[in-house]
Amino acid sequence: MSSGKDDEMKKTYKIDVDCANCANKMELAAQKTDGVKSVVVNFMTLKMKVEFEEGADPAAVMAEVLRNCKKVESDCEIFI
Amino acid sequence: MKFVNELSKSQKKRLYRITIAAVLEIALAFIPLGNQPVLRFVLYLIPYLIAGYDILIEAFEGIRNHQVFDECFLMAVATLGAMALGDYAEAVAVMVFYQIGELFQDVAVGKSRRSISELMDIRPDYANLEQDGDVTRVDPDEVEVGSVIVVRPGEKVPIDGLIVEGTSSVNTSALTGESLPRDVKEGDELLSGTVNMSGVLRVQTTKEFEESTASKILDLVESASDHKARSEQFITKFARVYTPAVCYSALALAILGPAISILAGVADPSMETVSQWVYRALTFLVISCPCAIVVSIPLSFFGGLGAASRQGVLIKGSNFMETLADVKVVVLDKTGTITKGNFEVTDVHENQRPKEELLELAALAEGHSTHPIALSIRRAWQKSVSGAAADAAAPAPDLQRVTRVEEISGKGVVARIDDKEDVALGNLRLMEHLGIDCKPCESIGTIIYIAVDGHYEGHFVIADEIKPEAKEAVEDLKKVGVKKTVMLTGDVQSVADAVAEEVGVTEVCAGLLPADKVTKVEELLKTDGSEAGGHSSLAFVGDGINDAPVLTRADLGIAMGALGSDAAIEAADVVLMDDDPRSIAKAIRIARKCIRIVYENIIFAIGVKFLCLILGAVGIANMWLAIFADVGVMVICVLNAVRMLK
Repeated sequence: MSSGKDDEMKKTYKIDVDCANCANKMELAAQKTDGVKSVVVNFMTLKMKVEFEEGADPAAVMAEVLRNCKKVESDCEIFI
Repeated sequence: MKFVNELSKSQKKRLYRITIAAVLEIALAFIPLGNQPVLRFVLYLIPYLIAGYDILIEAFEGIRNHQVFDECFLMAVATLGAMALGDYAEAVAVMVFYQIGELFQDVAVGKSRRSISELMDIRPDYANLEQDGDVTRVDPDEVEVGSVIVVRPGEKVPIDGLIVEGTSSVNTSALTGESLPRDVKEGDELLSGTVNMSGVLRVQTTKEFEESTASKILDLVESASDHKARSEQFITKFARVYTPAVCYSALALAILGPAISILAGVADPSMETVSQWVYRALTFLVISCPCAIVVSIPLSFFGGLGAASRQGVLIKGSNFMETLADVKVVVLDKTGTITKGNFEVTDVHENQRPKEELLELAALAEGHSTHPIALSIRRAWQKSVSGAAADAAAPAPDLQRVTRVEEISGKGVVARIDDKEDVALGNLRLMEHLGIDCKPCESIGTIIYIAVDGHYEGHFVIADEIKPEAKEAVEDLKKVGVKKTVMLTGDVQSVADAVAEEVGVTEVCAGLLPADKVTKVEELLKTDGSEAGGHSSLAFVGDGINDAPVLTRADLGIAMGALGSDAAIEAADVVLMDDDPRSIAKAIRIARKCIRIVYENIIFAIGVKFLCLILGAVGIANMWLAIFADVGVMVICVLNAVRMLK
């Protein structure tokens, strides 16, 4: 947490998913979403850390990320 | 039924479904239904649906989203296929065991999540904020720097601060693993995450909650498993390729198998031949699920990181776990790791001026420095004036008398005192640098020479105490397979050699300037570290003061006793919370065990799966063996992984 600007482009979300492979699938799906620069899904801590592209609107991007994740794993959840 | 009570609601539901379906399945095996095919189908359909209805629903969702490699879809195809072939018992068994596997995995993962959060139970929930004489309980997030908080006995210290009133003993075990309570009094620094045991303390906060030790450590531990290890990335990629490959092989087996065997004349062109190959293809689908391997790897790392933090070793990422396991060379900075860093002036050799005057001049010249050597000189001067051990009431040097200070890195300082005398204070190199003639001292210890206006006036002998655990620590390192232990120091050769001989390190490099340490580590990296190729890495251990560049440059930077030093925690890959050098070997041992479990799981899971695939393709393995390859392997891998937490 070095600066305020940094915080805006990096956010952590709580997620819910049943299996480790599904978490990896979510990571891949989220990574392919426009506006996402990089993403790490941690199955053990049930957290998704997203770094957004510059100028992206996190709320809009996350809605799309959730849609894409639901496609690969219908019973996953991201608490946005 | 303690086990059942610990389950969550959804886990209980799954357990009941499994039990009912399994009981029905076993009962049906004893009922002779051979001549009533329709009734038999209907009766088996009941446990099949009880065990697998949710999988069928998810499989349907998967088709809608064009996810053909979804594991529910694969299970659905495999079991529906088995039903179509008339292998009802197998179909039900696949569903039942699949659910058992899911339940088992869910419980194991949940348990390790809980045990880690219990382990790191240092998150303070509230702070008692003192405002205008009133004490109110607030969210620690809301406490501003400089506020006064009250910590009562039994409470966790929520925010780092200085004690302004009260004495007590505090338990630091959550931070350092040290179980002996520490006595604290007014003026002492108090770290968050420690537990106040006896007296009420009033503490002035020096940091915000987010920046406090407890928050930082929690953040570090929680995000450690975000940094995925090479083996973890390999498995993720493997899973991505494995499932489609097995599915296409299944398809090929179902179509090409009968076609080729009929054309080659080894089998009759009958429905029986076709269904035999379809059955083999279905066993492939059961084995195609990669979950067993995928879950056990992060679980092992998570357990490993947790086991390490329980021992006071914070590893900042799963990737560093791999590097730590490969450590073959350990480079130790002498001060703070091998020695206590408690320097003491043991002797003053004077030339013409009296000892007291030399000490005073030296204390003035070093007045601004926080270097351990400078502190020891100031303490010695305080002792010479007050005649007692230095404490808070001892006089401080009058820094008004110092008008100009120049620090010469790695050599010493030159200061102008009372605007008339230029005092040079430092090692032999400083004297050479300034062209001052002096005779080198033969005593064992760090020698600090003093010269006034270019004339040599005497020197101080300063000794540092070797940590009692240092010798055992170096022996432990050798036991865990570290080939080379190198001690770096800025000290002179004679002191370095004496220390090296006592603790038993294999190599010594003395007389190094801070920048030389980086160069030396770079050299060792080329000959023995990662840059030499092969699986060997170099760890540098420092106390985090002034060695951030070396910590970053080494394959693995280990900061020791670094609690409260943000710079060290930032620069290091592994943070040892206590200052016991034996923790280094302990950390390596934990990492080795963790990596061994990871590799065992990878090799075992992939091995069994491939073996079952081959046996399935030639018709030796049946559906039951396929179930073992899927669920059995997962249970074994998960059990192996949770060993890390024990």
